Amino acid sequence: MDLSVRDLAVARGGIPVLEGVRFDLPAGGALVLRGPNGCGKTTLLRTLAGLQPPLEGRISAPPEAMAYAGHADGLKPTLTVAENLRFWASVYGTAGREAPAMSAMNLSDLLDRPAQTLSAGQKRRLGLARLLVTGRPLWVLDEPTVSLDAGSVGLFVRIVRAHLEAGGAALMATHIDLGLAEARVLDLTAYRARPRAQAGGFDEAFA
Amino acid sequence: MIALLGRDLRLAIRAGGGFGLGLAFFLILAVLVPLGVGPEPEVLGRIAPGVLWVGALLACLLSLDRIFALDWEDGSLDLLATAPIPMEGVVAVKAAAHWLTTGLPLTLVAPVLGVLMNLDAGAYGWLVLSLLLGTPALSVIGTFGAALTVGLRRGGLLLSLLVLPLYVPTLIYGASVVTRGAEGLSVGTPLALLAGITLGAAALLPFASAAAIRINLR
Repeated sequence: MDLSVRDLAVARGGIPVLEGVRFDLPAGGALVLRGPNGCGKTTLLRTLAGLQPPLEGRISAPPEAMAYAGHADGLKPTLTVAENLRFWASVYGTAGREAPAMSAMNLSDLLDRPAQTLSAGQKRRLGLARLLVTGRPLWVLDEPTVSLDAGSVGLFVRIVRAHLEAGGAALMATHIDLGLAEARVLDLTAYRARPRAQAGGFDEAFA
Repeated sequence: MIALLGRDLRLAIRAGGGFGLGLAFFLILAVLVPLGVGPEPEVLGRIAPGVLWVGALLACLLSLDRIFALDWEDGSLDLLATAPIPMEGVVAVKAAAHWLTTGLPLTLVAPVLGVLMNLDAGAYGWLVLSLLLGTPALSVIGTFGAALTVGLRRGGLLLSLLVLPLYVPTLIYGASVVTRGAEGLSVGTPLALLAGITLGAAALLPFASAAAIRINLR
């Protein structure tokens, strides 16, 4: 599915952080967002995922097409690895996809371990395996490689590449070089919002 | 949605899930009241309906802040909001899971605690029936309060302040069913009002809770 974004403006806590953002992400393409801390990468991704409304602008794809993965992995510490993943598979109605997802992220040896006993990198791998069970075409990833070692980053690049080859698309904010040669880079510094008088802070939540 | 209900029930029962916390609180309260009030059976019997209902209400309140706080902290709430389940459904399932792990057990142990409180023999059936009809409203209203305060640091106290006034009608009608039942009066009116509150809350509040969550996730 193609994603095109036109003149998008997003705000965090009532303060506009990005405006005039426009890009196209065709099926099979990957786009890496760059920009200094606090420039609005996370806010942009959360807006695309439908977690907050945009201030203005147009997003061509509905939130239902996107699989969002944020800073937190959304794991339940007292459930096992397999239970965590099975839960998401049944939420997305894709039961049966857990096994390939777990082997793709090298989790097959950890199936019966409660998630609270995993290391940070293992948790992240489980969080990323969730993307595979969603079956959604557009991946919206916020710093997906945090706490992954080099080998796991390689696994991650492999699943992203397989996803792109299957006609999916990926949009991610990351600072490291993934070695994903086909990915284009979009620097968000150019889209920083000019300070404006409106966007009243408190009432924004009730607008 | 069934998967979510199963997950929430499993989480509640596993270590650290808080299942039994409300139940233990209810038990201790019912033991402490006779110690504080004194052993006169008439006095205990007269205050029993009110004490048991207030106890059930406070026990319900204890576990409310866990409904969304844990999912908020570990990021599950963001992921649930982007999942193909409507937020209204998520909220309704969360309320149902809360009732199954607090309201229902409280209802089932209430007759045992009624013995400790010297509840009138004719009132046991009404006690169970009124709790069965009334506690779902406590869970649904509580879920609304939890949705309003999700993401607030130390929102638990604010949650109690928001929710307790909304519990008043349920408490009044619930306790009056038991009191009137003990005295052999007709209980039709308070029972119907109690059921009305529960059905109304269950029908309307999930929409309000879902809207509150969406705003809090921004």
